[in-house]
Amino acid sequence: MDKITLGAVNTEPGSSLNYKTGSWRTMKPVLTPENCIFCNMCWEFCPDSAIEPADPKSKKPIRIDYDYCKGCGICVEECLANKNANLPNALEMVPEEK
Amino acid sequence: MASDELFVSGHRGCAGCGMATAVRMVLQEAGPNTIVANATGCLEVMTTGYPETAWKIPWIHAAFENAAAVASGVDVALKKLGKREGVNVLAFAGDGGTFDIGFQALSGMLERGHNITYVVFDNEAYMNTGIQRCSSTPPYASTTTSPAGRVIPGKQGKKKPISKIVAAHDIAYTATATIAHPKDLKTKIKKALESEGPSFVQIFSPCPTGWRFPSELSVKLSKMAVDTGIFVLWELEGGNFDNIRITYKPKERKPVEEYFKLQGRFRHLLKMPEKIAEIQREVDEKCAEFGF
Ligand SMILES: Cc1ncc(C[n+]2csc(CCOP(=O)(O)OP(=O)(O)O)c2C)c(N)n1
Ligand code: SF4
Ligand code: SF4
Ligand SMILES: [Mg+2]
Repeated sequence: MDKITLGAVNTEPGSSLNYKTGSWRTMKPVLTPENCIFCNMCWEFCPDSAIEPADPKSKKPIRIDYDYCKGCGICVEECLANKNANLPNALEMVPEEK
Repeated sequence: MASDELFVSGHRGCAGCGMATAVRMVLQEAGPNTIVANATGCLEVMTTGYPETAWKIPWIHAAFENAAAVASGVDVALKKLGKREGVNVLAFAGDGGTFDIGFQALSGMLERGHNITYVVFDNEAYMNTGIQRCSSTPPYASTTTSPAGRVIPGKQGKKKPISKIVAAHDIAYTATATIAHPKDLKTKIKKALESEGPSFVQIFSPCPTGWRFPSELSVKLSKMAVDTGIFVLWELEGGNFDNIRITYKPKERKPVEEYFKLQGRFRHLLKMPEKIAEIQREVDEKCAEFGF
């Protein structure tokens, strides 16, 4: 959209994808795929729709979209594997490399 | 991102914004045949920096005070066009746009009986303009217009019981929800959408920037608000308060101090045990009224 449309009508639904909020990160969640138990809590709670959900049937773990993840850390805080003391952590927060 | 996500990445909400998570949950339940009228506030500003939009549904920007009026117009226009069937019409607004300046438009919409689901994302202050106090701000919270200092210990006065005031209009369905209880939230949105006539859902929406807590705690804080009894999860069909149903009762209520400790806006209270005791007493009384 080059020109301002009448009434500022926006004809491109979902065009915020053009803006990569991943550059905001100072900390970054990192997944250990084999530790994911496919609970999808990270997907459920992510404010940035930056988690591709796990598929429990095919045992496909989640994927983090670093183009958009702002590094809030909610996924690491709420991950059920992380919360279970008998299981190894699936998500870990690490400093973003410069 | 899931392929059917209706609220997409790239929006400019702060890291950890509880309201963004809440919007995702609402739209997952509402689905693609949904029109939203959105009041000015953080949600509008963060999602629609021209020429971009994070919405994949028809979405209209309303002014700060009139989301309910704009949604009313959408409801009536669709009827007139013979296109009302199968469409969800929602109004989204912040607490400022609902408890304060949008209250008249909201009350009018309820009284006229439009088939609209009104969702208030309650982050307990005017966040978009810099954390000013609102009638939704809880007692003693420090905001930029109720700063805790030598003169006052944060906001003076109570939090307006908006959902009770709305339900008193004797509407189809009223409920309260949090992002820490996603099943409960989605069930309530479903019931609200299925009701004939006006429905209202108040979603507790933690704001790391305005409440001053680490961005990873938005879900935990929502849970803590319910576990202390500060925010009660309930629903009601119609206007008879005897029929209120509590949808989640904490087994053992946590002391309110545990909730205050996590947030900078209440830090000054930690040195004022008498104020904490006062809030604890009020919360105990409110919970007793709700029967737990
Ligand atoms: C009539 C009018 N007065 C003031 C404003 C400035 N303004 C824009 S958003 C806002 C506060 C919004 O607060 P709230 O509804 O709680 O939403 P939040 O940003 O907290 O999500 C204000 C005061 C305006 N847009 N219109
Ligand atoms: S929260 Fe943790 S265990 Fe659950 S899907 Fe995400 S990474 Fe996997
Ligand atoms: S100020 Fe608060 S409500 Fe507004 S975008 Fe930031 S976290 Fe969300
Ligand atoms: Mg607000």
